[in-house]
Amino acid sequence: MSKRIDVDHLNVFYGDFLAVEDVSMTIEAKSVTALIGPSGCGKSTFLRTLNRMHEVIPGARVEGSVVVDGQNLYASEVDPVEVRRQVGMVFQRPNPFPTMSIAENVLAGVKLNNSRISKSDAEELVEGSLRGANLWNEVKDRLDRPGSSLSGGQQQRLCIARAIAVKPQVVLMDEPCSALDPISTLAIEDLIAELKNDYTIVIVTHNMQQAARVSDRTAFFNIAGTGKPGRLIEMDDTATMFSSPSEKATEDYISGRFG
Amino acid sequence: MAVSSPTTDLAPARSARHRGRLPDRVFHGLSAGAGWLILVVLAAVAIFLFLRAWPALSASAEDLNAISWMNGASIATYVGPLIFGTLLSALLALVIAVPLSLGIALFISHYAPRKLAQGLGYVIDLLAAIPSVVYGLWGALWLAPVLDPVFGWLSGTLGFIPLFEGYTAPARNVMAASVVLAVMILPIISAVAREVFLQTPRLHEEAALALGATRWEVVRMAVLPFGRSGLISASMLGLGRALGETMAVLMILSPGYAVSFFLLQPGQHQSIAANIAAKFPESSGLSVSVLIATGLALFVITLLVNLAARAIIARRAEFSGAN
Amino acid sequence: MTTPTPLARAATSAPLEPEPQTPSPLAPRGGRLPRYVPYAVGAASLVFAYLLLLVVASPGIPSVVASAAALYAVAITIVSRVVEGHRWAVDRLATTLVTFAFAVALIPLVSLLWTVGSKGAALFSAEFLTTDMVGVFGDMTSGGVAHAIVGTLAVTATAALISVPIGLLTAIYLVEYGRGRVAKGITFLVDVMTGIPSIVAGLFAFALFTLIMGPAYRSGFMGAVALAVLMTPVVIRSVEEMLRLVPNELREAAYALGVPKWLTIVKVVLRTAVAGIVTGIMLAVARVIGETAPLLITVGILTRSSWNVLEGRMATLPVFAYNQYQQGGVGVDRAWAAALTLILIVMILNLAARMISRVFAPKGAAH
Repeated sequence: MSKRIDVDHLNVFYGDFLAVEDVSMTIEAKSVTALIGPSGCGKSTFLRTLNRMHEVIPGARVEGSVVVDGQNLYASEVDPVEVRRQVGMVFQRPNPFPTMSIAENVLAGVKLNNSRISKSDAEELVEGSLRGANLWNEVKDRLDRPGSSLSGGQQQRLCIARAIAVKPQVVLMDEPCSALDPISTLAIEDLIAELKNDYTIVIVTHNMQQAARVSDRTAFFNIAGTGKPGRLIEMDDTATMFSSPSEKATEDYISGRFG
Repeated sequence: MAVSSPTTDLAPARSARHRGRLPDRVFHGLSAGAGWLILVVLAAVAIFLFLRAWPALSASAEDLNAISWMNGASIATYVGPLIFGTLLSALLALVIAVPLSLGIALFISHYAPRKLAQGLGYVIDLLAAIPSVVYGLWGALWLAPVLDPVFGWLSGTLGFIPLFEGYTAPARNVMAASVVLAVMILPIISAVAREVFLQTPRLHEEAALALGATRWEVVRMAVLPFGRSGLISASMLGLGRALGETMAVLMILSPGYAVSFFLLQPGQHQSIAANIAAKFPESSGLSVSVLIATGLALFVITLLVNLAARAIIARRAEFSGAN
Repeated sequence: MTTPTPLARAATSAPLEPEPQTPSPLAPRGGRLPRYVPYAVGAASLVFAYLLLLVVASPGIPSVVASAAALYAVAITIVSRVVEGHRWAVDRLATTLVTFAFAVALIPLVSLLWTVGSKGAALFSAEFLTTDMVGVFGDMTSGGVAHAIVGTLAVTATAALISVPIGLLTAIYLVEYGRGRVAKGITFLVDVMTGIPSIVAGLFAFALFTLIMGPAYRSGFMGAVALAVLMTPVVIRSVEEMLRLVPNELREAAYALGVPKWLTIVKVVLRTAVAGIVTGIMLAVARVIGETAPLLITVGILTRSSWNVLEGRMATLPVFAYNQYQQGGVGVDRAWAAALTLILIVMILNLAARMISRVFAPKGAAH
C-alpha cells in the first residue's frame, strides 16, 4: 500500500513570508527518507505540506505540486481531509486522546469519522495495528485503560498504531523521538525499520545518528539566514550523504553534528 | 467496510469530499452566526431601550408633569440627581473596597502559606456567589443595626465635617448602602488583582530579594509597580458592577432626590437601578418610558466605565512582556 | 478561580522572609524580634483594649476586637521600630494590614451565612419547601416557596436553554475558527456584554417584548431572555477558557487521521473539555439563579405554581424574598427562609459543578 511521492517546485508561504523555496524531490515507495537540517530550515514545514497539515496554520499556502501515486495533492478537487487519511502523521510529542482508552485510541481514525465498524473487525484492527506498532504484547491486557496511562515511548508507539490503523500509504514522522528517552527511541527506530516493509516513511530528525541508522535516503535542508527561505541543499542515499556529500554545507552540518 | 482498502488511491476521496465538507461549512456558519449574534444582541439592547425611552424623551413638559413622582422635573433634572446618587454610592463603595481588595489580593498571592492560598481564594469567591437579594436582606436587617453605633460615633466626633453631619438612625443612608456594595465588589476586584500579582515576573521579585529587601519592599518594588494598571482596571470593573447593582441599594437606602454630600443622612440619595426597581411595578405608559430613559443613561455610564477598564487592560497587555 | 503558577507560588514560599534567630553579621542592626513577640503583643492588645473599653463604655466582642486590632498594629510597629529598625517596622506594619484586610473580608461572609442560616431556620421546613402562598394572608405563618422554586427552575432552565447553545457556539467560533478583526471584535463585545447591569438586561427584555406583545405582557420567558443576556457572556468566557486548555496537539492528531474539522471539534475538543464546560455552565447558572432585579420587572410575582413560561406572571425565589421582605411582619421570616433556600441551591450548584470537574476530567498521565 505504499506509494511514491514526487514533489515538484514546491514553495511554502506563511502569509507573504516565503518559508520554503523551490523544493523538488522524489521519495521512493517503501523506503525511509530522513529530512535533516538546522532549526528553522523548513524541514518540518515541508513535511507538513506532504499531507496538507500546514493548512491548519492560518495564512499558510503552497505553490507547486506534490504527486502521490499520480494524484496531485494540491489539485483543486482534492479534499485535504481525505489526503490526511492517505498520508498519516506522527508528531514530536506523543498525543494520545486523553478521553479515550488504548483500544479507542487505535480506532480513533475510524470512530471519529462516524464510520461504523463491527466488533470483530474492530478487535482485529486494534490487534493488527498494535502488533504493527510493536505494542501489542505490552498492552493486550489493559486495552481499556486510558492511553495516557502508558509511558512516553509506549504512547508514541500507540500514536503510530493509531496512524497505521487507518491504512495510510505514507507515514510522516515529525521528530518522533525528540521527547523520548534513549531506550524508547531505540524501540521506535526498530519499529521504523519494520514499518518500511509496508509503508513509505518520511522522518524529520535532529539526530544525525538516528538519520544514519534508520533512513535509506537523506535530504538536507538549510537556511541562508533569518528571514530567508529554507531550501533543499541536496538529497542522496544516506550512506553517500554521510560519507561523501557533494555540497560543502552538507558536509559542514553533518561533520559538525555527527562527530 | 469502514477502512479504505489497501488499493484505494485518492479518487474516491473526490466523491467523499462532498460528504466531508458540507457539515464543516454548516458548523462553521453556525458558530460564526452565534458570534455575530452577540453584536446583534448588544445593538438590540441599545435600540430597544432607545425606542421605549423615546416617548419620554420627546414628551411635552405637561405630559411629564402628569407623572406624580416627577414633581414637575424635566427628564434631565429628574435623571441628574439619580446619576449623582448612582455615582456617589458606587464611588464610596470603591473607596472602601479597593484598599481591602488590595490587601486581600496581596495576602492570597504573597503572604498566606502557599498551601492555603488557593482555598482562601475560593472563600473570597464565595462572596460573589451570594445572590444580591440576600445581600439586601443582610444589609437592611443585620448590617444597619451594627453600623448604627459606628455612624453615631462618626457623626458625633467628626460631625463638624459636612460629610458626616447629622446622622439619624436607622442606618438607611448612602454610606450603609455603599458598605454593602463594597462587600459585593470585593471578590471581583481582589480576584483580578491577585491574578495580576501572581503574574509578577519571578526575576523582578528575586532581584528585589537579592538586594536584601524585606517582604514588603519586594511587594513595593516588584509586585505593585507590575500590577498597578491591573489594579486600576480591576477597580473599574468593580465600579461598573457597583453602578448597576439594584437590590442592595433598593433594600437598604431610604431614597431621596437631592444632590448632597451628607453621607450619613437618610432620604438624600437614590441610584438609577434602585429607582427603576422601586417604581417599575406600579408604573405604566409614559412613566415606564421615563424609567427606561433613566435605564438608558445607566447603560451608557456602565458602558463607558467598562470600556475604560478594558482599554487599560488592553494597553497593559501590549506593554507587558511577561506573558 | 486562579491557579497560581508553580513559579509564582514558589515566590511566596519561605525564602521571602529570612528570620535569623541568632544574631549574626547578616542580621539587621539591633537584631530581630523573637517569634513569640507578635503573639505577646496581640494578647496584650486584647487585654488592654478590654480594660480601656471597660473604662470608657461597655465592652462587646466586636468593639474589643476592633480596638485590639488597631492597638496591635500600632504596638507591633513601635516595638519593631525600636528593636529592629525602620525597614522591618514598615514590613511588620504591612504584614499586619494585609492580614487584617483579609480577616475583615471574612466578617461579612461569616455573618451573612450565619444570619441567613439562623434567621432562615425559623420558617425553613419540608412544609415551607412544598407549599405555595395561595390563601395565605395576614399573620399566618403557613405558606412556602414551592411555587417560587418551580418558577426559578423554569425561568433559569429556559435562560440556560437560550444561552448555552449560543455561548457554546460563540466560544467555539472564537477559539476554533475566529481570527483577526472579527474575533477580536466579538471578544470585545462579549466583554462589554459582561458589564451590562442586570436591571438594564431586564429593561431590554421588557422593551423588546412589550413592543411586540403589548404593554401588559409579562412572562417567565421574558425574564429568561433577560437572564440569558446576563448569562451568555459568562458561558462564553468559561467555555472559551476550557477550549483553550485543550492542547493543539490533539486537534492535529485528529486532523492527521483524516478527521474533518467539525468532527474534530465535536468529538475531540469538546469531549476533552466537557467536564470544564459543564462546570462553567453550572457556575453561570448559579450566577443568574439569584438575579432579582430583572425578574422583578419582567416576571413579577404570583401566589401559586405555574409551569407556563410563555404566558403570565410567575413566582421566583429572589423576587419572592424581596416581596416578602417588603410586606414586613411574618414576611421577613419568609424572606430569610427563601434566602436560605436560594443560598442552598446556589451552594449545591457550586459544589456539584466542582465535583463534576473532579470526576469527569480526563484521567491524567501515568501516576
